[in-house]
This record gives sequence, C-alpha cells and structure tokens, in this order.
Amino acid sequence: MENLVQIAMQNVNFAAIMPSLIVTCFGMGLLLINVFLPRGTTRPAVWISLIGLVVAGISVVSGWGNPQYGFNDAVAMDNYAAFFCMIFLIAAGLTILMSDDYLTREGYPVSEYYPLILFATAGAMWMASGTDMMTIFLGLEVMSISLYVLAGFFRGQVRSNEAGLKYFLLGAFSTGFLLYGMALIYGVSGSTKLAEIGIYLNAHASLLSNPMTLAGLVLLSIGFLFKIAAAPFHMWTPDVYEGAPTPITAFMSAGPKAAAFAAFLRIMEYCFFSLKPEWTMMLWVLAVATMIIGNVIAISQTNLKRMLAYSSIAHAGYAMVGMVAANEIGYSGILFYMLAYTFMNVGAFAVLVLAGKKGEDNLTLEGFSGFGFKRPFLGVAMTIFLFSLMGLPPTAGFAGKFYIFAGAVKAGYIWLAVIGVLNSAVSLYYYLRVMVYMYFREPNEDFAWVAMPATVVLSIVIAILGVFYLGIIPGEVMEFAKQAIF
Amino acid sequence: MTDHLLSLMTFFPLVGMLIVLFLPREADRLIKTVTLVVTIIVFLISLPLAFDDVFATSSAMQYTEFAHWISIGQYFQMNYNVGIDGISLWLVMLTTFIMPIAILSTWHAIDKNTKGFMALALLLETGMLGAFIALDLFLFYVFWELMLVPMYFMIGIWGGKNRIYAAIKFFLFTAVGSLLMLVAILYVYYYSIQAGVPFDNGFSVAHFAQLDIPAHLQTWLFAAFAFSFAIKVPMFPFHTWLPDAHTEAPTAGSVILAAILLKMGTYGYVRFAIPLFPEATQQFIPFLSFLAVVGIIYGALVAMMQDDVKKLVAYSSVSHLGFVMLGIFALNLQGLSGGMLQMINHGISTGALFLIVGFLYERRHTRLIAEFGGLSKVMPVFATIFLIVTFSSIGLPGTNGFVGEFLILVGAFESSLRVFAVVATTGVILAAVYMLWMFQRVMMGKITNPKNEKLKDLSAREVVIMLPLLLFIFWIGFYPNTFLEKMNPSLENLIQQVKSKQQISMMIDHVEPSTIRVAVND
Repeated sequence: MENLVQIAMQNVNFAAIMPSLIVTCFGMGLLLINVFLPRGTTRPAVWISLIGLVVAGISVVSGWGNPQYGFNDAVAMDNYAAFFCMIFLIAAGLTILMSDDYLTREGYPVSEYYPLILFATAGAMWMASGTDMMTIFLGLEVMSISLYVLAGFFRGQVRSNEAGLKYFLLGAFSTGFLLYGMALIYGVSGSTKLAEIGIYLNAHASLLSNPMTLAGLVLLSIGFLFKIAAAPFHMWTPDVYEGAPTPITAFMSAGPKAAAFAAFLRIMEYCFFSLKPEWTMMLWVLAVATMIIGNVIAISQTNLKRMLAYSSIAHAGYAMVGMVAANEIGYSGILFYMLAYTFMNVGAFAVLVLAGKKGEDNLTLEGFSGFGFKRPFLGVAMTIFLFSLMGLPPTAGFAGKFYIFAGAVKAGYIWLAVIGVLNSAVSLYYYLRVMVYMYFREPNEDFAWVAMPATVVLSIVIAILGVFYLGIIPGEVMEFAKQAIF
Repeated sequence: MTDHLLSLMTFFPLVGMLIVLFLPREADRLIKTVTLVVTIIVFLISLPLAFDDVFATSSAMQYTEFAHWISIGQYFQMNYNVGIDGISLWLVMLTTFIMPIAILSTWHAIDKNTKGFMALALLLETGMLGAFIALDLFLFYVFWELMLVPMYFMIGIWGGKNRIYAAIKFFLFTAVGSLLMLVAILYVYYYSIQAGVPFDNGFSVAHFAQLDIPAHLQTWLFAAFAFSFAIKVPMFPFHTWLPDAHTEAPTAGSVILAAILLKMGTYGYVRFAIPLFPEATQQFIPFLSFLAVVGIIYGALVAMMQDDVKKLVAYSSVSHLGFVMLGIFALNLQGLSGGMLQMINHGISTGALFLIVGFLYERRHTRLIAEFGGLSKVMPVFATIFLIVTFSSIGLPGTNGFVGEFLILVGAFESSLRVFAVVATTGVILAAVYMLWMFQRVMMGKITNPKNEKLKDLSAREVVIMLPLLLFIFWIGFYPNTFLEKMNPSLENLIQQVKSKQQISMMIDHVEPSTIRVAVND
C-alpha cells in the first residue's frame, strides 16, 4: 500500500488534472454554499458554476500545446484531451444557461442540479485524459452516476423516474461488460496502462489471436458502444432522452457521448493498433447499422425529443465512420464533429426548452404547428439547427460530415461514404418534417408559452454563432483538431 | 471595381436580404420596393458583362477572382475561385434579368409574410449566381445546396393546396442526387492530389479537367454527377418532382424554378460532368440521349392531356429540356450552342408562360382550362402577348424557340445521334399540338363561362413585366448572333478539349491501367 502511494506521489502533477480539478472544486464548493441558500434560490448556483466552467476553460486553453503527464502516467492532459475538455465545458455551459428557468417552470428549483452537472463534466474530462484503464473507468463512473441522478431528477414525474432507472440499470450492466473487458485485457497484458498494453500486444503477435484478447476487445467495445448509443446497444436512448429533463438530454447527447468517443478512440489507438483491421471491420458493420437504425426509426417518431434521440443515434453512426476511416482526417473529423454536434444539438434542445409547456406534453410535431410564425426567433433558430443536423452548407454539420466522409473516401471506404450520405438523405425527411409543421401549417391552438428568459436566449445565440463559425470558416478549429490527434 | 464585379453581383442580394430583414414586418409595399430595387441594381451591376466583347474572342475565364477560403494544413484547401466565360455568361445574365421580373410579379400575388418571401428570394439569387460563377467544385457545391433551402420554403409556405408534398419531394429529390455527387467530388479530389495536382489548387475544376482518370473510374464518377444533374434538369425518369413543384409553387417561384434552377442541371453537364469525364461521356451519350428523346416525347404527350394550364407548362418544360440535353450530347458546335441558347430561350418563354398563368390565376383563382374560353374578346392585349409567347414556346420561325431547336436538331443530325434527331423532331410537332390546343381552348371561341365576361385586361405593371421578355423573344429570334458569338469560343474550346481526350483514350485502345486506388495510408 505504501509502495503504491509512493509511486503515485512521485508523479504528482496537478497541471495534468487542472481543468477537472477546478470543475470539481467549484462543484464541491457549490454543494457547501447551497446549504446556506434559502430553498428555491438557484440563481447564485448558475453563476458560480458558469464561473467555474470559464475558469476551467481558461486553464484548458492556456495548456494548449503543452501536454502534461502525471500520476504515474495515469493522466495525460494532451491536446487531444484538451480539445475534448473544451467540448464538455461548452456543452455544460450551454446546458446550465438553459436550465434555470426550466427547472423553475417544471417545479424543481433545486440547486444540487448544478454541482451534478459539474461532476459529470469532471468525469468526462477524466475519460478524455485518462491513459490508464482505471482512470478512464473512474471518470466513466463519476460521469454516469451523476447522469443517472440527473436523468431521474424530476422525482415526481413518472417518465423522468423511468429514464433514471432505465439508464441506471442498463448503464450498470454495460459497465459490467466494460470492466470485464478491462480485466481480460489486464490478464493478457499484465498492465492497465494503455500505452504499455499496446506495446505488449504488438510485441507478442501470438496474443493477437488469443481468444482472451479478442473477448477483451469486444467486451470493452460493448461498454463504450453502449455509452455512445451505437446499434445494437442503443435501446436505452429514446426512453432516457425523452424522459430526462430537456437540458439534461441536451447535455447527455453532447458531452458524455463525446467523452465516450474520446476514451473509446484513445483505447483503440493506444492498446489495439495492432488489431486495427479487425476492429475497423467490426466498426464498419456497426456504423452502418447505427446510421440506418437511427435514421429509419426517427422517421416514424412524432415526439421531438424522441426524434432527436434517434437522430443522435444516427449521428453517432456518422462519427463512427471517422473511426473506421482510421486516418488523420477521419480522427480529427470526429473531434470536429463532436464540437459541431454540441452546438447544433444543444441549440435544438434549447429551443425545445422554450417551446415546451409544463410537463412537456406539447413537444410533438402537431404541437409545433405554426411555431415558426408565432415565435419567429425560435423558429429561425430551430431551422438553422435542423439544417445543420441535416448537414447542409454553410453550417457546422456540413463541415463535420464533409471531413468524416472525406476521411472515409481517402481511406478507400467509398461504399461506406455512399451509405453515409444516403443515410443523410433519409434524415432530411424527418428534419424537414419539423419545418413543415413549423412553417407550412396553420397554428391549431393559441400559444400561451413561457417568456424568453435572457439566459436561454443567450445559449441559443451562442449555439447559432457556433454553427455558422464552424460552417463558414472551419479552418481554424479544424487546425486545432488536427493538432489534437495522436 | 471590375476586379470584384462578380463578387459584388453575387453577394449584393445578400446585403439586400439583411436590409429586408430589418424592415418592419407590416411595411408590405416598402419591402417589395426595396427587393425590386436590389434586384435591379444587381442586374445593372451585371450589365457590363453582356457588353464585354472579350467573350467573342477568348474562351478563357474572365473576371476571375481567387482567394484562399478554408485552409486546413495538408488536409484540404478550399478556394473562393470564381470566373465567367461564354458558357456561364448568358445564364448569369438570365438570372439577373429574370429576378426583377419575378419580384414584380409578386406585387399582388404575395400578401402574407412578404418579408420572408423577399428575404428568401434574395438569398436564392445569391445561391444561383454563385453556382454559375463557381470554378471550385467545393464552392459550387455550397452554392448548389444553398439554392435548395429558399425554394423549399417558397413552395412550402406560399404554395398551393398540395404544397407540403411538393416541397418535400423537391428537396429530397435534389438533395439525394447532390449527396452522391459530393462523394464523387471527394473522390476526384483525392485522385487529383495523388496525381500531383498542386495542393493549393483545391477543388479547381480547370485542374480536375486535366487529369487522366482511368475509364472505369470515370464511369462511376460521371454516373454520380450525371445522376445529380439529371434530377435537377429534370430528365425522364427523374422528372416527377417537377410537375408537383411547378404547380404548387407561387408564380414567382415557378418562374425562377423554370427559368433558372432547371438550368443548373444542364449547366452542370456542360461545365462539370462532360469536361471532367470525357471518356465516360462518350459511353453514356447513347443512353442519355435516349432518355432525352423519351423526355421530349413523353413530356409533350403528357402535357397534351393536362386540364390544368400550369401543369401543362410544367410538362412542356420536361419536353423542352429534353431538347437541350439532346443538343448538349451532340457534342458539336451547333448542338452545344443550340442547347445553350435553348436554355436561355426556355428561361424566357417558359418564364413568360408561368407569368401568364399567374395573371389568369390572379383573376379567376383557377387554372383549369375548362373554366376559360374566349378570353381574347375581353382581354385583347393579354391575348396578343399570350400568342407571341405561345409561338415562341412552339418554336415558330422569327421567335427565339425556333433558332434554338433548329440548331439542336441540326447538331444532333450531324452527330452520331441522327436517329434521335429524327424522333425528336416529332416533339416540335407535338409542342405545336399541345400549346395551340391549349391556347384555342383558353382564348378562342365564345365566352361560355359568365365569370369570364368581366375580366380586366392586363394592367400597366403586368405589361411592363412582359415587355422585356417579348423583346428578347424577337431579338434572339431575328438576330441570335448577339448571343451566339459570345458563347462560341468557350464552346469550341470545350468541344476540342473533350474530343482530343476521347481520341487519346481511343489510341491507347484501352490498355487497362492497373487499378488505381486512393491510398489507404496518409
């Protein structure tokens, strides 16, 4: 035991965990402060957590290009981690901005909500910066447990309870797979460090066909594929996304999904580069299945939250195409796409936050009839996000898809790219249908909706700016994404 | 000034759109006036192009502009690379010329959400002009997709009864084709990088055209491009979106759609598909010419049986664009210049026909042929104009349609497409049948429906809308050289370039090159 502590303390390097440390400290401080605030006062928590995110963001940005390793190589704050940390911070920030008035409207003005988001963000950061199976697992658990609570946050609502419980049960199950996979890989290689595993496997070619290695690879993959909601492990997504509070759905679809991609991609590249042909083949099949299932089922949805849930499955499929391509453009395409997706999807959910009535029974297509004319700003915003989700220029979604499919074409996966764009074509239908209801139909009821709180509008405006910035001049961010990959 | 003439012309509507967006919602007339002024200014900006004699002597790109747009390390280089030559000149002029007319036609027709309509129309103009001047395939793709969005909303919000179906169909058809084209664009790009085209050139069409892409690859790439453009033209059997979109769109939307958007498809063949993949073009010519002729006959026959005037005009477009495609695939100067000229003609005469249908609809709120009859008695001015446009659409000598169709048929007859030319000629006869029959039922005879007795003749505004179109119907009809002489150098250059490549490939006699794949590793 002493020995372990010594090993760890030798390599203490707080710079390597600075962003997550900041976020965690703010989260814990917020828990203490909340005790002294009167019940129902949540405004201070919003601002404190936003400050925490901004400070963490500054530490991420200032550490760019200066990778920090520490804790006996269990953590690496390299550009790769930094890029993803930025995504988590943006996702968390936009989520917090849109949450406050929503919680009040739904009758749960509880300020513990914000520390939970901060902890989930910290967990995601450890997943992205972890270079040891244990760090990644720790991050995954911190993130997931916070999300289980957040998904079931509206404890009086049956749907929210269902979401929390379902996410918890299935999530725990998938974590079991993940852990089993990690154990098998440890058994094969005798290490939990990603780099050491990779070197060991590469040096012992006979191990590559060992059933234990392959089983470990498959089980590990299942754990992550569950988190990114890839088919056939996507079943939880629609129910959880529909039942969870809308801002939490937005957060889950952006931050944690990106975190799972971050850890998945790092493990695949670090540990299993010797098995690349095998796992790209596996992901090829799963990417196609994920895109098709997500897009086709989304067509038949009438609830917007559910539709966006299926669409988010499809988008995970597009990102997986980048992993299959397994070249520089594909990988940096994934990073870019995750950022683009954060802006467009969180933005779309922010519009839903404002469009909903208490209880959110009206988030159906029918409920959106004439929305565009009654709420011009929200209508235009939603239209922009939908076009971006479709992948039309000049939006972030187009740039993202362009790079990912370019990666696939460059790697010679022409058919995968063709399947991908055809899937985009399928997705046009259900995104267009939202606009059909918003603009082409007469409003069928009087709109008596909530006012437009400045914070939510701010999050929408930031998302719109992000969508156009990444769409019209993507060069700069893509350059960062390029520097970020291994 | 002339350095950035094309950019100024392309992006001025966008500035206009921003102005319109800041006007008060209720100021209906003000919004329309501002939009009209903006489109007229754009036309004036573009006017020097039409008088520039350089096009008559040089086949090179003029007024070129070049700037790096997106640079990502060694991954991509996208450039803002625009220019204009004899091929795009008249299409650009047609666009800037039709837009004010289309806007003027909305004066009474559009009364709800005027602001939205005008903003979309201006956005559309930027998209169309950009697509015609883009010399970088990536840039072209961006403008090409940009055109979809405004037209989708125009049909969907201001359209007729069945507008939702029509709008979605229009969007899906076009987008599916263009997505496949995107993959092909990426493939050509990586091929060009591998073949040693300097990275800095990005997606430059001129450089792609110099590549020697192996024949079997060309087949696939051409298929992807041709599919996308065939939907847009539209060629039989991908035309089914067109009657719906045309019929449901508001008058201004139909005019823009018919006059300009359809030309994107035919222009795409001339500018991209044929020069980039000359050998594949050779393979596909019989097949595509067959589809073109089927389109001519089929479109004409279906048009004959329509009971709705607007649907009739829509199907006549299928027939007319079949002629354009036939001319293009003749791949000789007569055919190509006829095809290019017929694009302009179709823009003018079909645009005029949609305006005429719009006048009728505004008066009677119906477009069924059976509801009319004997209108020439109460609307003499209208009858005269309608008759001239009808003649132009049929292709009567002295009007623009005759020159275009004649050149196309001569070109096709002199090429390998002789049989197709013979069959296509019946299309001219069928055009006379459906147009004259329609004209007879709507305008001639006695007034049978009492509702038609008190119809007002054209107002001054409506005559002003039609006059410029009539002017060009006769101008092109009597002196087409104004237009032909400026497009011929570019077309000759194109033909020569394509033929020489085809000959080289025939001399090599298909020594199957080792399968060239784009590298797996970076």
